[in-house]
Amino acid sequence: MSTAFHSNPAAAQAANKAAAEDQRKMHVVVVGHVDHGKSTFVGRLLNDTDSLPNGKIEQVRKNCAAEGMEFEYAFLLDALIEEQEQNITIDTTRIFFRTQQRAYAIIDAPGHKEFLKNMVTGAASASAALLLIDAKEGVMDQSRRHAFLLSLLGVKQLVVLVNKMDLVEHSQATYEKIRTEYAAFLKSLGLTAVHFIPIAAKHGENIVQRSAKMPWWTGPTVTEALDAFRHEDDLTGLPLRLPVSDIYRFDHRRIVAGRVEAGAIRPGDELIFQPGGRRSTVRTFEDWPGPSREVVGTGGSASVTLSEQIFVERGQVAAHPSNQPRVGREFRARIFWLGKEPLVPNKTYKLRLLTQNVEAVIAKIEKITDASTLESIQANSVPRDSICEVIVRTTRPVAFDLHHECAITGRFALEEAGRIHGGGIILDARKEQDVREGKVTAAERSARSGHAPAVLWFTGLSGSGKSTIAELVERRLFDAGRQVFRVDGDDLRTALNRDLGFSAADRAESVRRASAVAGLFANAGHISLVTLIAPLAADRAKARAALSNHAFIEVFVDAPLDVCEQRDVKGLYAKARRGEIAEFTGISSPYEAPESPEVHIRTDKLTTDQAVDLVLDALDKVLRSKAEDWEV
Amino acid sequence: MSRNAQNDHLTRLEQTSIHVFREAFANFRSVCMPWSMGKDSNVLIWLARKAFCGKIPFPLLHIDTTYEFPEMYEFREKAKVIHGIDLIVRVNEDAIRRGIGYATHDPVTVTHELKTVPFKAAIDEFKWDALVTGIRRDEDPTRAKERWFSPRSAEGNWDYKDQPPEFWGQFASSAPEGGHVRVQPLLEWTELDIWEYIRRENIPNPTLYYARNGKRFRSLGCHPITHPVDSPASNIDEVIEELKLTKISERAGRAQDHVGRNSMQELRAKGFM
Repeated sequence: MSTAFHSNPAAAQAANKAAAEDQRKMHVVVVGHVDHGKSTFVGRLLNDTDSLPNGKIEQVRKNCAAEGMEFEYAFLLDALIEEQEQNITIDTTRIFFRTQQRAYAIIDAPGHKEFLKNMVTGAASASAALLLIDAKEGVMDQSRRHAFLLSLLGVKQLVVLVNKMDLVEHSQATYEKIRTEYAAFLKSLGLTAVHFIPIAAKHGENIVQRSAKMPWWTGPTVTEALDAFRHEDDLTGLPLRLPVSDIYRFDHRRIVAGRVEAGAIRPGDELIFQPGGRRSTVRTFEDWPGPSREVVGTGGSASVTLSEQIFVERGQVAAHPSNQPRVGREFRARIFWLGKEPLVPNKTYKLRLLTQNVEAVIAKIEKITDASTLESIQANSVPRDSICEVIVRTTRPVAFDLHHECAITGRFALEEAGRIHGGGIILDARKEQDVREGKVTAAERSARSGHAPAVLWFTGLSGSGKSTIAELVERRLFDAGRQVFRVDGDDLRTALNRDLGFSAADRAESVRRASAVAGLFANAGHISLVTLIAPLAADRAKARAALSNHAFIEVFVDAPLDVCEQRDVKGLYAKARRGEIAEFTGISSPYEAPESPEVHIRTDKLTTDQAVDLVLDALDKVLRSKAEDWEV
Repeated sequence: MSRNAQNDHLTRLEQTSIHVFREAFANFRSVCMPWSMGKDSNVLIWLARKAFCGKIPFPLLHIDTTYEFPEMYEFREKAKVIHGIDLIVRVNEDAIRRGIGYATHDPVTVTHELKTVPFKAAIDEFKWDALVTGIRRDEDPTRAKERWFSPRSAEGNWDYKDQPPEFWGQFASSAPEGGHVRVQPLLEWTELDIWEYIRRENIPNPTLYYARNGKRFRSLGCHPITHPVDSPASNIDEVIEELKLTKISERAGRAQDHVGRNSMQELRAKGFM
């Protein structure tokens, strides 16, 4: 905080601060279930505090009359055509007004479920919240969901407005019932409402004027409650967190630009940049037009030159060496998910934390909670508008704090295809694994591809359908974002195995080479699909042994010889029968069927799709068990 | 108030705007700042210079309708030198040849032809993916719904029904295919904030805002459709005192806003700022 370093006498400081306090705008979000009267309330608040521009109300009245609608205070805000037609607030609207005490920005957030992302946008920028509950309808889904989100977003000051008291004959009993029920719900979230104020927004009761119809209410009016809200705590007393926004080299100077998110920074400070851990010292601030500040506190944008030139890039967080952020690739987080598509494990998202932007996967879903009932949901993915606790793993190390240590560096957004779909707070950090300077480990590769590697070994007679099934399996895996590659026996014969024939020795060598190639792809983190007749059990056993450090799934594609011969896609059986191919498996050479394959496909009994599903199910099971190796 | 006092209202607004400028410059390939030469625009220039340590690292664009007040052209040339601006000027010559003008056409048509059309043409020509605008939430109800970073389609349309969420200082990081992102550093400012900041920082500004013969301009656009309001405020202190008391909306003197019930929304959906 700057005033602490001021040269002014103490008295002047205090006076300055008081004046500054008064000018600071209080941001208040108005939330609640759809149709519980938020827009009407805000319209009425503006009207009753005499904050509307001249002629505004007449203009809206005129518009309503022209369209044969009854005038509503909500129309003052719901200025867009669509909203007037649908009667719902689509996006957050900000309205500025002042009471005698100070200036406000009221954020009117939509209550409709479709627009939760807009409610989040509105609430995230607020210091305090007003939550409306319809006295007649009582506590509804969104009343609960919004409170849950407020607790996640970090809005701690809350006043509940029990609205439409006129519709319940201003009954204190009805009010008390709602207050008791909802206060208990808030308590389970760790929230407390400062007040529950009974109001009738439509008639302006208990907003600015006390209601004569509710003499039993002795608490504050809405404007009195607003004026009692306090601004958030100043974070200048916390350890320094200065995320680097950019490096400017517009002239001879090399300027590190960034906003101080917590703490304060001064010339002469030693800094450490994380991740990376390089150190330097603040030489100057390059403020234009000058003179430069002596200190930049929380919220201030700084232009820093360093004494020692070190490599610094956007995303790094500058801190004082005595109090650094954590650095890691794994943490437990509570996430709210707003995306149309569900949040799924092992899919790559962009994680944005301050100016850091890294790829991340949800390694594990620990808990999914329905935000309105607080009941847990059993599912493998997180549906839109719900809340979950997960393990997040990033591909590169990130600098962060735990949310309870420093909220602003303890939270992040998740992005997919350039759009933000969710946000989360960091609950605790996980132990770092396998992060070494040089060698890239298998676990790191798995973390990046989002799954363990595996080998699917398809064996069966020529024409049994190995390639057909393997190609479809490959397609499904590929489309699901998996790293996958098919090693086809026929393809190998055109290049790598060009020197081999069909003798027993050559077949054994062919199987050995195929398993070696499959092993390389698996080492690279891929799921490799081998399609090879591999007629001899002994050869296949060797392949399995050679690949024992990977998940190995033998898929026996089992079709009766006569069926294969009938199909004879490549005309090989015909040739073999005519004796044009020697040692042809099934005709002139034996096929030893696997005794206990992981997957046994009877192609004469299953459709292709069923076969593909069988293979994918088996793979899924194995990958899940393997996932624990690199997840925890 | 001292420059070192970081906790006051104006400094908070200023520092947030600087952050928005910097995030835009870091995120987008090619940034441009349209410049109307009005008060908000001039505050933007000032904030950009603060954000980038004195020198604005991207071009400014003036869409010249040819209906600017003569004082504005003078101001443009002066300000260009003071701020060291790399200025691109564009005029829709074709529309002017076709005789589009306020004498013969309605303000919505003229605004579209002389502002929006050349503006879109310039975007196509230079392929900017981010445009910095001086929009404030207090100006108009449709603007109250804006985001700091607001994506626009290739046609310049604003999909206000499906805007990206924006929280914890994380903004939309990419423009839609072929489109751009509007960057709006003044979103949280009010008209009064703008004036108090101009006074505090002593920012160069056109004199048309100050009263002559009992009338002054509160908002500046094309001269045939921009009308002065009655006001004795002949200097910046008086303007600020007046604003503290007034209840007349800022854009009341701008004719194109008031043609139909939703004319502002129509203009904006078509790409007007």
